[in-house]
Amino acid sequence: MILLTEAPFDPGTLLTAFSKGRTETGAIATFTGLARAEHGSTAILELEAYPGFTEAAIGKIAAEAKARWTLHDLSILHRVGQIAPGDPIVFVATAAGHRRAAFEACDFLMDYLKSRAPFWKKEHGPDGARWVEPSAQDHADRDRWG
Amino acid sequence: MARVLLFGRFRDIAGWRERDVQAATLFDLRTLLAGEDPDFGMALTGPGVQVAVDQTIVRGDMPLGPRAEVAFLPPMSGG
Repeated sequence: MILLTEAPFDPGTLLTAFSKGRTETGAIATFTGLARAEHGSTAILELEAYPGFTEAAIGKIAAEAKARWTLHDLSILHRVGQIAPGDPIVFVATAAGHRRAAFEACDFLMDYLKSRAPFWKKEHGPDGARWVEPSAQDHADRDRWG
Repeated sequence: MARVLLFGRFRDIAGWRERDVQAATLFDLRTLLAGEDPDFGMALTGPGVQVAVDQTIVRGDMPLGPRAEVAFLPPMSGG
Protein backbone atom coordinates (compact mmCIF):
# COMPACT_ATOMS: atom_id res chain seq x y z
CA MET A 1 0.00 0.00 0.00
CA ILE A 2 1.23 3.46 -0.90
CA LEU A 3 -0.91 6.24 0.48
CA LEU A 4 -0.70 9.98 0.97
CA THR A 5 -3.04 11.37 3.59
CA GLU A 6 -3.88 14.72 5.12
CA ALA A 7 -5.29 13.00 8.19
CA PRO A 8 -3.15 12.19 11.25
CA PHE A 9 -2.46 8.48 11.68
CA ASP A 10 -1.58 6.08 14.47
CA PRO A 11 1.51 3.96 13.69
CA GLY A 12 0.45 1.29 16.18
CA THR A 13 -2.86 0.72 14.40
CA LEU A 14 -1.05 0.54 11.05
CA LEU A 15 1.44 -2.02 12.37
CA THR A 16 -1.33 -4.17 13.84
CA ALA A 17 -3.19 -4.19 10.53
CA PHE A 18 0.02 -4.83 8.55
CA SER A 19 1.00 -7.79 10.77
CA LYS A 20 -2.36 -9.51 10.69
CA GLY A 21 -2.87 -12.91 9.06
CA ARG A 22 0.74 -13.60 8.14
CA THR A 23 1.86 -17.16 8.77
CA GLU A 24 5.07 -17.23 6.70
CA THR A 25 6.40 -13.75 7.46
CA GLY A 26 9.09 -14.09 10.08
CA ALA A 27 10.05 -10.42 10.22
CA ILE A 28 8.40 -7.03 10.03
CA ALA A 29 10.49 -3.86 10.24
CA THR A 30 8.86 -0.47 10.60
CA PHE A 31 10.00 3.11 10.64
CA THR A 32 7.92 6.02 11.92
CA GLY A 33 9.13 9.56 11.31
CA LEU A 34 7.83 12.38 13.50
CA ALA A 35 7.72 16.07 12.63
CA ARG A 36 10.40 17.90 14.66
CA ALA A 37 9.87 21.23 16.42
CA GLU A 38 13.56 22.13 15.77
CA HIS A 39 13.73 23.69 19.25
CA GLY A 40 10.85 26.04 18.63
CA SER A 41 11.82 27.18 15.13
CA THR A 42 9.15 25.07 13.43
CA ALA A 43 5.56 25.55 14.63
CA ILE A 44 4.02 23.80 11.62
CA LEU A 45 5.46 21.73 8.82
CA GLU A 46 3.70 22.02 5.49
CA LEU A 47 4.22 19.20 3.03
CA GLU A 48 3.03 19.39 -0.53
CA ALA A 49 2.79 16.53 -3.04
CA TYR A 50 1.84 16.35 -6.71
CA PRO A 51 -1.16 14.01 -6.57
CA GLY A 52 -0.67 11.00 -8.85
CA PHE A 53 2.92 11.89 -9.71
CA THR A 54 4.18 11.58 -6.13
CA GLU A 55 2.49 8.20 -5.58
CA ALA A 56 3.90 6.95 -8.91
CA ALA A 57 7.43 8.03 -7.93
CA ILE A 58 7.12 6.30 -4.55
CA GLY A 59 5.78 3.24 -6.41
CA LYS A 60 9.03 3.10 -8.41
CA ILE A 61 11.06 3.26 -5.19
CA ALA A 62 8.92 0.44 -3.77
CA ALA A 63 9.41 -1.64 -6.93
CA GLU A 64 13.18 -1.18 -6.59
CA ALA A 65 13.05 -2.40 -2.98
CA LYS A 66 11.06 -5.46 -4.09
CA ALA A 67 13.65 -6.16 -6.80
CA ARG A 68 16.55 -5.93 -4.32
CA TRP A 69 15.09 -7.91 -1.43
CA THR A 70 12.66 -10.78 -1.16
CA LEU A 71 9.75 -9.08 0.54
CA HIS A 72 6.32 -10.45 1.33
CA ASP A 73 4.79 -6.99 1.47
CA LEU A 74 5.47 -3.33 2.12
CA SER A 75 3.47 -0.34 3.20
CA ILE A 76 4.25 3.37 2.90
CA LEU A 77 2.00 6.03 4.36
CA HIS A 78 2.98 9.69 4.14
CA ARG A 79 1.28 12.76 5.55
CA VAL A 80 0.75 15.83 3.39
CA GLY A 81 -0.66 19.22 4.34
CA GLN A 82 -0.11 20.84 7.72
CA ILE A 83 1.70 18.72 10.30
CA ALA A 84 2.28 19.66 13.92
CA PRO A 85 5.54 18.85 15.77
CA GLY A 86 5.36 15.42 17.37
CA ASP A 87 2.88 14.09 14.81
CA PRO A 88 3.85 11.04 12.75
CA ILE A 89 4.71 12.18 9.22
CA VAL A 90 5.78 8.92 7.58
CA PHE A 91 5.26 5.21 8.26
CA VAL A 92 7.14 2.48 6.40
CA ALA A 93 6.67 -1.23 7.05
CA THR A 94 8.36 -4.17 5.33
CA ALA A 95 7.55 -7.84 5.73
CA ALA A 96 9.96 -10.65 4.86
CA GLY A 97 10.77 -14.22 5.74
CA HIS A 98 13.77 -13.14 7.80
CA ARG A 99 14.86 -9.96 9.55
CA ARG A 100 17.81 -8.84 7.39
CA ALA A 101 15.71 -8.21 4.27
CA ALA A 102 13.02 -6.44 6.31
CA PHE A 103 15.52 -4.15 8.09
CA GLU A 104 17.52 -3.31 4.96
CA ALA A 105 14.51 -2.69 2.71
CA CYS A 106 12.95 -0.40 5.33
CA ASP A 107 16.21 1.56 5.66
CA PHE A 108 16.55 1.79 1.86
CA LEU A 109 12.98 3.01 1.41
CA MET A 110 13.44 5.77 3.98
CA ASP A 111 16.73 6.94 2.44
CA TYR A 112 15.05 7.23 -0.94
CA LEU A 113 11.91 8.86 0.44
CA LYS A 114 14.02 11.49 2.24
CA SER A 115 16.13 12.38 -0.77
CA ARG A 116 14.21 11.65 -3.95
CA ALA A 117 10.46 11.56 -3.32
CA PRO A 118 8.55 14.47 -4.90
CA PHE A 119 7.54 16.44 -1.84
CA TRP A 120 8.01 20.13 -1.16
CA LYS A 121 8.42 21.02 2.47
CA LYS A 122 7.91 24.38 4.13
CA GLU A 123 8.72 25.12 7.76
CA HIS A 124 6.54 27.75 9.39
CA GLY A 125 8.07 29.29 12.53
CA PRO A 126 8.24 32.47 14.57
CA ASP A 127 10.67 33.99 12.03
CA GLY A 128 8.44 33.27 9.04
CA ALA A 129 8.35 30.42 6.56
CA ARG A 130 11.10 28.75 4.52
CA TRP A 131 11.24 26.00 1.90
CA VAL A 132 13.49 23.08 2.80
CA GLU A 133 15.67 21.02 0.44
CA PRO A 134 17.34 17.68 1.17
CA SER A 135 20.48 17.91 3.31
CA ALA A 136 23.92 16.66 2.27
CA GLN A 137 23.39 13.91 4.85
CA ASP A 138 20.15 12.86 3.10
CA HIS A 139 22.02 12.55 -0.22
CA ALA A 140 24.92 10.67 1.42
CA ASP A 141 22.44 8.26 3.06
CA ARG A 142 20.83 7.54 -0.30
CA ASP A 143 24.22 7.06 -2.01
CA ARG A 144 25.04 4.21 0.40
CA TRP A 145 22.74 2.01 -1.72
CA GLY A 146 24.62 2.54 -5.00
CA MET B 1 -4.64 25.27 -23.88
CA ALA B 2 -2.30 23.79 -21.28
CA ARG B 3 -3.12 23.49 -17.61
CA VAL B 4 -0.06 24.75 -15.74
CA LEU B 5 0.62 23.61 -12.17
CA LEU B 6 3.19 25.10 -9.80
CA PHE B 7 4.66 23.52 -6.69
CA GLY B 8 6.78 24.53 -3.72
CA ARG B 9 8.50 27.90 -3.83
CA PHE B 10 7.30 28.53 -7.42
CA ARG B 11 3.84 29.23 -5.99
CA ASP B 12 5.26 31.91 -3.72
CA ILE B 13 7.35 33.47 -6.51
CA ALA B 14 4.60 33.49 -9.15
CA GLY B 15 1.70 34.13 -6.77
CA TRP B 16 -0.53 31.46 -8.32
CA ARG B 17 -0.75 27.68 -8.26
CA GLU B 18 -2.79 26.67 -11.30
CA ARG B 19 -3.71 28.37 -14.56
CA ASP B 20 -4.77 27.62 -18.12
CA VAL B 21 -2.31 29.04 -20.64
CA GLN B 22 -2.52 29.05 -24.44
CA ALA B 23 0.78 27.65 -25.75
CA ALA B 24 1.60 25.24 -28.58
CA THR B 25 4.93 24.07 -27.18
CA LEU B 26 6.76 23.92 -23.88
CA PHE B 27 9.22 26.49 -25.22
CA ASP B 28 6.35 28.88 -26.06
CA LEU B 29 4.90 28.38 -22.60
CA ARG B 30 8.22 29.16 -20.86
CA THR B 31 8.72 32.23 -23.06
CA LEU B 32 5.21 33.48 -22.29
CA LEU B 33 5.52 32.94 -18.52
CA ALA B 34 8.99 34.56 -18.41
CA GLY B 35 7.69 37.52 -20.44
CA GLU B 36 4.86 38.07 -17.95
CA ASP B 37 7.01 37.65 -14.87
CA PRO B 38 10.81 37.82 -15.33
CA ASP B 39 11.52 36.78 -11.71
CA PHE B 40 9.47 33.63 -12.15
CA GLY B 41 11.11 33.09 -15.56
CA MET B 42 14.54 33.19 -13.89
CA ALA B 43 13.39 30.80 -11.16
CA LEU B 44 12.30 28.29 -13.82
CA THR B 45 15.85 28.13 -15.21
CA GLY B 46 17.42 27.45 -11.78
CA PRO B 47 19.42 24.32 -10.88
CA GLY B 48 17.46 21.18 -10.11
CA VAL B 49 14.21 22.42 -11.68
CA GLN B 50 12.22 19.72 -13.48
CA VAL B 51 9.22 19.87 -15.79
CA ALA B 52 6.55 17.20 -16.07
CA VAL B 53 4.11 17.00 -18.98
CA ASP B 54 1.14 14.76 -18.24
CA GLN B 55 2.95 13.56 -15.12
CA THR B 56 6.12 12.45 -16.95
CA ILE B 57 9.43 14.28 -16.53
CA VAL B 58 10.55 15.77 -19.84
CA ARG B 59 13.70 17.51 -21.04
CA GLY B 60 13.93 20.10 -23.78
CA ASP B 61 11.03 21.27 -25.89
CA MET B 62 7.89 19.39 -26.86
CA PRO B 63 4.50 20.16 -28.39
CA LEU B 64 1.64 20.57 -25.93
CA GLY B 65 -1.69 18.93 -26.69
CA PRO B 66 -4.95 20.82 -26.09
CA ARG B 67 -5.38 19.35 -22.60
CA ALA B 68 -1.73 18.95 -21.60
CA GLU B 69 -0.91 19.19 -17.90
CA VAL B 70 2.42 20.96 -17.37
CA ALA B 71 3.94 20.96 -13.89
CA PHE B 72 6.98 23.05 -12.94
CA LEU B 73 8.77 21.30 -10.10
CA PRO B 74 11.37 23.08 -7.98
CA PRO B 75 14.07 20.91 -6.34
CA MET B 76 12.28 18.30 -4.27
CA SER B 77 12.48 18.36 -0.49
CA GLY B 78 12.04 14.66 0.09
CA GLY B 79 9.61 13.43 2.70
